[in-house]
Amino acid sequence: MGHSAPKIAVIDGIAEEIAALLGSMLLDTVDHADELSFTVDRDRLVEAMTALRDHAHYQQLMEVAGVDYPERPERFEVVYHLLSLTRNHRIRVKVSADEDTPVPSVTALWPVAGWLEREVFDMYGVIFSGNGDLRRILTDYGFKGHPQRKDFPLTGHVELRYSEEEKRVVYEPVKLAQDFRSFDFMSPWEGAQYVLPGDEKVGQAPGAPTPAPAATPTPATAAPEAAPKGAPAADTPKTTDHAGKTGAGEGANAESVKTSPAKKPRATAAKAAESGDAAAKPKTVRKPKAPKGES
Amino acid sequence: MADYLEKLDHLTDAADPSLGDTEIQNYTINFGPQHPAAHGVLRLVLELDGEIVERVDPHVGLLHRGTEKLIEYKTYLQALPYFDRLDYCSPLCMEHSYVLAIEKLLNLEVPLRAQYLRVFFAELTRISNHMLNLGSHVMDVGAMTPNLWMFEIREDCMNFYERASGARMHAAWFRPGGVHQDVPLKLLTDIGDWLDTRLPRLFEDAISLVADNRIFKQRNVDIATVSKEDAIKWGFSGPMIRGSGIPWDIRKSQPYDVYDRMDFDVPVGTSGDCYDRFMVRVEEVRQSARIMKQCLLEMPEGPVLTDDRKVAPPRRAEMKRSMEALIHHFKLYTEGFHVPAGEVYVATESPKGEFGVYLVSDGTNKPYRCKIRPTAFSHLQAMDFMMKGHMLADVTAVLGAMDIVFGECDR
Repeated sequence: MGHSAPKIAVIDGIAEEIAALLGSMLLDTVDHADELSFTVDRDRLVEAMTALRDHAHYQQLMEVAGVDYPERPERFEVVYHLLSLTRNHRIRVKVSADEDTPVPSVTALWPVAGWLEREVFDMYGVIFSGNGDLRRILTDYGFKGHPQRKDFPLTGHVELRYSEEEKRVVYEPVKLAQDFRSFDFMSPWEGAQYVLPGDEKVGQAPGAPTPAPAATPTPATAAPEAAPKGAPAADTPKTTDHAGKTGAGEGANAESVKTSPAKKPRATAAKAAESGDAAAKPKTVRKPKAPKGES
Repeated sequence: MADYLEKLDHLTDAADPSLGDTEIQNYTINFGPQHPAAHGVLRLVLELDGEIVERVDPHVGLLHRGTEKLIEYKTYLQALPYFDRLDYCSPLCMEHSYVLAIEKLLNLEVPLRAQYLRVFFAELTRISNHMLNLGSHVMDVGAMTPNLWMFEIREDCMNFYERASGARMHAAWFRPGGVHQDVPLKLLTDIGDWLDTRLPRLFEDAISLVADNRIFKQRNVDIATVSKEDAIKWGFSGPMIRGSGIPWDIRKSQPYDVYDRMDFDVPVGTSGDCYDRFMVRVEEVRQSARIMKQCLLEMPEGPVLTDDRKVAPPRRAEMKRSMEALIHHFKLYTEGFHVPAGEVYVATESPKGEFGVYLVSDGTNKPYRCKIRPTAFSHLQAMDFMMKGHMLADVTAVLGAMDIVFGECDR
């Protein structure tokens, strides 16, 4: 059955029909979640929209949204949502733009586009050529910058307060009582693109060595294992780096044979791989503290 | 004194009335941002020729809070309460679009009881919203009593909200996958009684005072007439487009949740003036009550939140016994759930018109972009052409019939 969002009938062949209608103006078509998006040539936007309105019966322009993709060569996407009252269908038309390339205005087709384009201009700084009233709309009088851009800070640049001395509202640079914190709760083992707090020192030069525990005798063979804490890497892999290390039965043991410790960035692995007797492993690689088991 | 007047005489046209060469300038006045009939913080710059409005320049954005920017920094669940604060007169209908957009991206199935509860409370919200709008509309054109009676109904609605969600206004009760908590049976029976007795009594009484009232009609009939073509061109939706005679209702044409099981009529206007818009809303209240009664009749028992533990948290009691439930709870309220990459535009029929959410996901736990399509933005923009040639006193009637709330318009 699936989701219960508004059920929009899928019209067979609508994508082909619009592709034929737009011809060379159409750059790309995406059909995702039963919604059609058409990317069109920016310079011929008005032509494409006129065709969609007059020949494909998309009478209403419901929304113009801007989206910012800073990594793209043309960073902004202007997204038009069209609604057909007669066919009971919605489509999306997209053009891309950047700060300097004006997008042709569709105010001549739909007067409602006036404010919608003003909003995109205000929020992203996309220029619409042909819109006779391209003023800011949502932000303050005299505001600087385009707040919805991804590089605009969430806190903004200025704050305002009422000044008792000057008897008016004054603007000041933002002063935060505490640093702006952006929490990211992504799993560190599911592709988070940052260094975990505490992991910054991995790979750096070792700091002052931690004194070896006095009671533990350190035989010459086990010397690398008793290396100081700040060493760049441990000699043995982390205890439960893969399933084989959990000691969870035969399957896990087999697993441990397959997994080469050399993959783990923390392990120098040379020693562990050479001693690589899979069956003996779960015992030998406990932690450097226990050289007894080996001797 | 006498010689002072004599001196003035030479400076005015009164000295030589036949000349008439003094050019009368158009007069520009500010309406708002602090004006009781501006329904919030609207500033209208009105250019008047005598008492005739020549041009209207609405200045919006005085309540802009950067909701869309804030949402980009929140997980999907944390962003939900912002929607209550958009149109604070119909909070649950705002949430409705948002949760449906998330569910569409996740392709998540919602239990049937939750769908009924959502429709039920969305219609309650519609009644509550229309009570505020109809009441303030009649007050803007001079009547006092109906507004007080309708606020009684609105107060009842808020009490029902409170019993369902714990909050009178900002419910945050719709969740991706269903609703947050089931309602007690007593609440449903109480609302059923209310629909049968108190609502019709108060509402019909209040409407009977204005619907056929001569003064009310003089203030509204043939004011700001909008043709079908104009309504389409200006992106109208909801009662505004239906008032112009186009039977367009998203609940009917693109049904969501269980609206396709509901039997209700879509009222349309005949002449597209302020009176028609008012009467469309009046009839919508009756139809909403009808839908709510059907929900009460048909609502099945069962869960009210999906049991997909990657999206919806486990019940509290379950967490006390199950380690896995505890982990799910922790993960959902810290990291939140991930939504597959893609983009959807989901529009629902909010009491004011088409309220849409354009949600762009990049596969992480936060929306990449969440564009909110407010109803008021398009309607208010049409103010200029609707007001042309009307009297200054009609401004309030036109604004009242538009049903604008600035939390939603300015975001």
